[in-house]
Amino acid sequence: MTEKMIKVKINGIEVEVPEGTSILDAAKQACIKIPTLCYHEDLLPTASCGLCIVKIKGMNKKVRACATNAEAGMEITTHDAELYNIRKIVLELILSNHPNECLTCQRNGKCELQTLAKEFGIREQNFAPQLKQKAIDSSTTSLILDRQKCISCGRCVQVCQDMQDVWALEFIGRGFDMNIAPAGDLQLNDSPCVKCGQCSAHCPVGAIVEKDEVDKVWDGLHDETKHAVVQFAPAVRVAFGEGFDYESGEIVTNKIYTLLRQLGFKAVFDTNFSADLTIMEEGAEFVDKFLNNPASLPLITSCCPSWVDYLEKYYPCMIENFSTAKSPQQMLSALAKTYYAEKNGLDPKDIFMVSVMPCTAKKYEISRDENMSASGIQDTDVVITTRELVRMTKSAGVIFDHLKEGKADSLLGEYSGAGTIFGVTGGVMEAAIRSAYYLITKEDLADVDIKPVRGLKGVKEAEIDIKGTKVRVAVAHGLSNVKKVMNKVKKAKENGEEIPWHFIEVMACPGGCIGGGGQPYGVTNTIRKKRTEGIYNDDKKSKARCSHHNPMVQKVYEEFLDHPNSHKAHELLHTSYTHRPVYLK
Amino acid sequence: MAYNTFVLICGGTACESSKSDEMYKLLQKEIFDNNLKNEVQIVKTGCFGFCEQGPIIKILPSETFYVKVTPADIKEIVQEHLIKGRPVHRLEYKPSEDQGRVKIEDIEFYQKQFRIVLRNCGIIDPENINEYIAREGYVALEKAIFEMSPEDIINELKISGLRGRGGAGFPTWLKWNLTKQENADQKYVVCNADEGDPGAYMDRSTLEGDPHSVLEAMTICGKTIGANKGFIYIRAEYPLAITRLEIAINQAKELGLLGDNILGSEFSFDIEIRLGAGAFVCGEETALLRSIEGSRGMPTPRPPFPSVKGLWDKPTCINNVETWANIPVILTKGAEWFNKIGTDNSKGTKVFALTGKINNSGLIEVPMGTTLREIIYDIGGGIKDDKKFKAAQSGGPSGGVIPEQYLDTPIDYNNLVAIGSMMGSGGLIVMDEDDCIVDIVKFYLQFTVDESCGKCAPCRIGGKQLLSILEDISCGRGTEQSIKNLKDISIAMNNASLCGLGQTASNPVMSTLKYFEKEYREHIEQKKCSSGKCKSLMTFTIVADKCIGCTACARKCPVNAIIGTVKQVHIIDQSKCIKCGACVTACKFDAVIKG
Repeated sequence: MTEKMIKVKINGIEVEVPEGTSILDAAKQACIKIPTLCYHEDLLPTASCGLCIVKIKGMNKKVRACATNAEAGMEITTHDAELYNIRKIVLELILSNHPNECLTCQRNGKCELQTLAKEFGIREQNFAPQLKQKAIDSSTTSLILDRQKCISCGRCVQVCQDMQDVWALEFIGRGFDMNIAPAGDLQLNDSPCVKCGQCSAHCPVGAIVEKDEVDKVWDGLHDETKHAVVQFAPAVRVAFGEGFDYESGEIVTNKIYTLLRQLGFKAVFDTNFSADLTIMEEGAEFVDKFLNNPASLPLITSCCPSWVDYLEKYYPCMIENFSTAKSPQQMLSALAKTYYAEKNGLDPKDIFMVSVMPCTAKKYEISRDENMSASGIQDTDVVITTRELVRMTKSAGVIFDHLKEGKADSLLGEYSGAGTIFGVTGGVMEAAIRSAYYLITKEDLADVDIKPVRGLKGVKEAEIDIKGTKVRVAVAHGLSNVKKVMNKVKKAKENGEEIPWHFIEVMACPGGCIGGGGQPYGVTNTIRKKRTEGIYNDDKKSKARCSHHNPMVQKVYEEFLDHPNSHKAHELLHTSYTHRPVYLK
Repeated sequence: MAYNTFVLICGGTACESSKSDEMYKLLQKEIFDNNLKNEVQIVKTGCFGFCEQGPIIKILPSETFYVKVTPADIKEIVQEHLIKGRPVHRLEYKPSEDQGRVKIEDIEFYQKQFRIVLRNCGIIDPENINEYIAREGYVALEKAIFEMSPEDIINELKISGLRGRGGAGFPTWLKWNLTKQENADQKYVVCNADEGDPGAYMDRSTLEGDPHSVLEAMTICGKTIGANKGFIYIRAEYPLAITRLEIAINQAKELGLLGDNILGSEFSFDIEIRLGAGAFVCGEETALLRSIEGSRGMPTPRPPFPSVKGLWDKPTCINNVETWANIPVILTKGAEWFNKIGTDNSKGTKVFALTGKINNSGLIEVPMGTTLREIIYDIGGGIKDDKKFKAAQSGGPSGGVIPEQYLDTPIDYNNLVAIGSMMGSGGLIVMDEDDCIVDIVKFYLQFTVDESCGKCAPCRIGGKQLLSILEDISCGRGTEQSIKNLKDISIAMNNASLCGLGQTASNPVMSTLKYFEKEYREHIEQKKCSSGKCKSLMTFTIVADKCIGCTACARKCPVNAIIGTVKQVHIIDQSKCIKCGACVTACKFDAVIKG
């Protein structure tokens, strides 16, 4: 069925758009940008800021372009003297309710409000400052909530409730005193928050930001008694470039290796390596259950720390289905402070392990429980997000674009295409299938591209034929999509019916880690698609496409771990889970 | 068994708070004790409207109108009036001390009124469905089910010219028709009873006095638009109205006038009550619908209008109490009859809650087109203490002031908008020469700032800024920029706020700047408040020539701000003075002046 097209006139320019297009989007076709502050492509318009008001011929009241659909024959005015003046006053009002702290704000230079103030040429403050009085909430390991900076656009609330189904953030109070906070005005850490950081990625200003730990990294690098090493996640390589005006999805892996060495790291590892290792462990775990104990299925992936937190809070009955394999970050750190230390004659206490992640929850994961100190001390010392590494790079005076391409340390740095696709939704599943096929059949898949698990659809299902044996899998991303999958499994379990899937992959953030809460700002589905494409390109050009073909993975088992799910592997690479009920305080 | 005498006692909230319920029980006891229970019927009615004179007892058939009755008067009423047939003259209404009592039909308060919405208030017992039925109640519903098609009903409403009484005056027939035209598996009918304007109680009184009129109208709407479910959203602070609605719903269900197969027909309709927590913004229709759904009461953008996507995204027809109460009458008496009442663009009547500096405050219903002068001077009995009229505020915190030059403007939707105010839901507050415009506007802004939901920036921040500028002006900190800022912010709020609350919150500012800018400027330029309401701008000084040094003022001063000993001229220490005015009252020589 083709879309019905309608014609509208915008500032006298006739455009044709599909029925159901908002005035905001229709205007783009007429090459007109209507200013917005609360609107975000990922979310339904809340229509709160009031900046996108436009006039429609024949209508008395001005309407919001974000929340009003264009209708056939409409004549719309988006810019004139009156609208300009009203918008400017509204903007000045918002500025009067926002601290004048741009220079020391984490969003300085990346703030949507600052940009609008710049574009509108606001030169003086005619209205007396009227600021909210609310203490900063830094209770979690991952996020800082500074309500004084909040412009009450409502993006975070919608993200937390509708996109992520977490319900940690809500509007509380009303009128001028309206605030975003967990219900009951709790601290974020006492709320259902899973630290996914999607709120911070969607916040237009500096009201919710990642906990900035760049200085901790510098301290470690400058400490001569420390041997600083670093790893970075699959999804970082396709988004980091955005901080330096590269296209989304452009792979800058080798430049990052050089960058990290230049910053002073003694060894540069790649989390893609341990992603391969994760597949070896998790794949073996799955195959064992599938062949020997099918009643214990489905197996659910566990490399996403927000998802782990969410499951521990909301689905304790599913803990037994959770893969005990740690996330790639934690596997690599554990090996760095054991295997790498041993090989290089280092005391694990002297190793300073930094991890660069697309994710704010990874900051939480490193001290989640004692399993995260498998080496005897905390395995990962500091996690910084992609955004933090961009800032760090700039402050270090590195001209990123000019850097030569480098290499990771071979020991914990080589990876297969299967490792790299961990960064996108469906990637863990695809990588697992590639290796599980081999483990079951002792043969490699002829075509390793598992297309049905790819893409941005919220829940993806596939049936994989492993030489006549059918493996049913499901992939969900964006926590609101997970509920559908989990509830189906729960119901089947309760009713003693056949489980709908054998293997389930979950990533908390829409699009997977490439759309993580710690990635460069401004993510939309267009950007998610580009980053995803970058990841699959990296996979395609890899020599080895399957984790079990990664020679360094094989070497680690030979030299250190023995075999997947060995006793040693269990000690270092596996974890356990516990019920964490919410609203106990 | 037939009664020969009827005692109607007001059971509205205002009279109940003045012990009318206690009097009702006393009356029952007295009637029983005196063995009159077969002859005298006591009816607890809804509001009579003349609240200034409450509690009110009316006795029929003698048409005696007792006012300001207290429990101590009950025995006398029963003994003298009911037993001996001698009315208690001292309790009868007298327009003024020197005038004698007047017949009910001659009471000026009622003379220019025309009651459609309040037709049963003060007449029937709202807790007895039979009394409603006896006054043509549910006749309209019967017609709607058995005689009229949905198109007929909508056409009737169209001819009647009825417009929504909740604020903006949207044609009721159009709203019904838009909802009717939608194809949906489920539709809803909603009654907006979230009345919240300061000083307004039209809807509360209607529901307390005549709940069936609303139930009947909603059921008719359900039949017309194809809905089988209705909700009444009412604030929890209206317990009496809620109780009477509950009783009414149960009684209507018992008689088959509500519920399954109404009057034996195929049509079923049910009504549920939903209580609001008292947020003013929940009177805005989209916020109200969100609140019924269980979400935070915050407005959502329109379009889509509720007629297309309302409660739980289903087509929803939402009207306010007063609009509903008009509908049964229109169907029974005919649209032509209704259409003859009022002005060209505004048909029927309007209920106002008349308060402020007025002699007869109360609930009134007048034909559209009545002038403010008639309301204030004829019905309202003029300004209290013969002070000078300054302005009247219509439309509550969303409305504007009407200054003296428009006293003779016929009140209807269009005229009010033309002079910078609006009909609103019907609050009408009268101000006299002692009221300060800046102070009044500050009051309204404080209200809208408190009641803003906080969702949209223009309303949330704009309102707060307006209030703070007004506070500056009233404290003598106003500048030329203050006026410009007031105007700029008002325009921005009006144009860019999401819902009616924000769009109209600046109306009091705009309309007073239009008619009383001089008074603002007096505060700013001369740092003076002529009415003396802005205390920061007021100073008390002692005129040396008149002060004899009696020390009376110094002794009365609560903060010891007056310096001086016996037989010396006293001086007020301005830094200590709290401007309470005690010295003015204390001085017998007019030596203390306020200015």
